[in-house]
Amino acid sequence: MLDLKGYGPELLDGAVVTIELAFLSLALALTLGLIGASSKLSGNRVAKAIATFYTTVVRGIPDLVMMLLFYYGGQVTVNMLSDWIWEAYEIDFFFQFDPFISGVVTIGLIFGAYMTETFRGAFLAVETGQIEAARAYGFTRWHTFRRIMFPQMLRHALPGIGNNWQVLLKTTALVSIIGLTDMVRVAEEAAKAERMPFHFFIPVAAVYLILTAGSELFIKWLNKRANVGVVQGG
Amino acid sequence: MADQAPLICRDIHKTFGKLEVLKGVSLETRKGDVVSLIGSSGSGKSTFLRCINLLETPTSGDIIVHGDPIRFTTNRKGERIPADNKQVEQIRSKLSMVFQSFNLWSHMTVLENIIEAPVNVLKVPKKEAIERAEAYLQKVGIYERKDYYPAQMSGGQQQRAAIARALAMEPEVMLFDEPTSALDPELVGEVLRVMQSLAEEGRTMIVVTHEMAFAKDVSNQVLFLHQGVIEEQGSPQKVFDNPDSERMKQFLAPKF
Repeated sequence: MLDLKGYGPELLDGAVVTIELAFLSLALALTLGLIGASSKLSGNRVAKAIATFYTTVVRGIPDLVMMLLFYYGGQVTVNMLSDWIWEAYEIDFFFQFDPFISGVVTIGLIFGAYMTETFRGAFLAVETGQIEAARAYGFTRWHTFRRIMFPQMLRHALPGIGNNWQVLLKTTALVSIIGLTDMVRVAEEAAKAERMPFHFFIPVAAVYLILTAGSELFIKWLNKRANVGVVQGG
Repeated sequence: MADQAPLICRDIHKTFGKLEVLKGVSLETRKGDVVSLIGSSGSGKSTFLRCINLLETPTSGDIIVHGDPIRFTTNRKGERIPADNKQVEQIRSKLSMVFQSFNLWSHMTVLENIIEAPVNVLKVPKKEAIERAEAYLQKVGIYERKDYYPAQMSGGQQQRAAIARALAMEPEVMLFDEPTSALDPELVGEVLRVMQSLAEEGRTMIVVTHEMAFAKDVSNQVLFLHQGVIEEQGSPQKVFDNPDSERMKQFLAPKF
C-alpha cells in the first residue's frame, strides 16, 4: 500500500493548490487571449502594437525568469509605492505580495500570449462567407460575433487550447520556486526529509498524469460538440 | 405609396484602388419584377449586386429601398461609408441574399439557419418563426431535411435551404448572386424550378446568372453588363432576339 509517511494530507492540500492555480490561470489566459487576438485583428493600430509587444516579450522570456521577476520585482515595487504614498499623503498602503496571486498572474500572462496566437489563427480560419451571410441578413456586429464567429472559431481553437492547457498545468510546478506550497513543494520537502525521492515524486507525477489525461478526454468531448455539423473526412 | 418602387439604384460607381469596376449603373424595379443581370466574368454584375445591400459600399450613387435612401458619410481617410449602421442593418433585413456558395451557417441545422435572422433581427416570436420556416421548407421541398446540418446535404438542397432562409425574412427584394454556379449540372434544375415558382408568385428578384434560359424565360427585365456599364437593357425578347450592342451579339454567339 502507498505509505506517505504522514505527508498525505499535506500533499492533498498541495494538489488542491495546483488545481486552483491551474484553473484560475487558465481563466486569465483565455481572457487575455481573446482580448489579444481581437486587438491583433482589429483595425486599431495602437491596439495591434500593444498586443504584438505583449506576445513578443512574453513568449521570448523563460517562464522561470518571468515568475521570479514578477514575484520579487512585484514586492519591491509595492514597497517603493507604499513608502512614497506614506511620505506624500500619510496613507498607510502596504501589502505583502501573495505568491498565489503572483503565480496566477504570471502563468496567466504567459499563456495569455500563447492563447492570443491560438485565437488569432482560429478567427482567421472562419470562412468569410459565414460572416458575410450574417452581415447580409442585418446582424449587428455583436450578434455576428456571438452567434457565428465565436462558435465557429472555437472549432479551430480547441485543439490549440487543449495543448496550451496541458503545458500550463505542468508549468504550475514552477510556483514552488516562489514559496507557494503546491504539490511539488510538499513532495520535495518530504523527499528530502525522508530521503525517499521515488516515494514522493512518483505519486506527484501520477497526479499530473491523471489531470492531463482527464483533461484530454474532456477536450475531446468539447471538440466533438463544437464540431457538430462538420463532416469528418474519411 | 402602395406601388412604391421596392428598389432604385442611381448611377452606382465602385472603385477598388485604381480599378473602376462599376462606371455608373442604374436600375429601377417595380414590385414583382424579375431582373436578370448577365455578362461575362469581371463585368461587375456581382459587385453591383453586392453594392445593393452594402456588402460593398458604392463609391458614389444612390440606393433607395422602398422610398428610404441609404445615407452616406465620409470617414477620416475620405472614403465613403454608410452614415448609420442601424439603417444599413434594417435595409439588409429587407433585402435577402442568396449566395453562390450558399453560406449556410455550418454549425446550425437547416431549421436553425432559417429562424436565426427572423428571431434575432426581425424579433419574430420563436414559435411563429418555426412555423414560418417549416412552411418555406415545404415550399422548397426539403421539409424532411430540417434537422440536418448543411454539410450533410447536397449542393442543390443547401441552396434550396438558403432560399428558404431568404424567404423567411419576407423581404422586399431577393438578391441572387449566381445561385447555380457552384452546383453540379444535374442539381441546377431543382434550384431554378424553385426560383421560377417564386417569380410566378410575384416576388421581386434580382438575379446575377449565367443561366441564359432562366434570364430569357423567367425574367421580365434583362441587364447586360460589360466592363462596368450597362451595354444592353430591356425585355428578354429585346435583349436576346434583337440586341443593339455588338458586345451583346458576341456574348450570345455560339461558342463552338
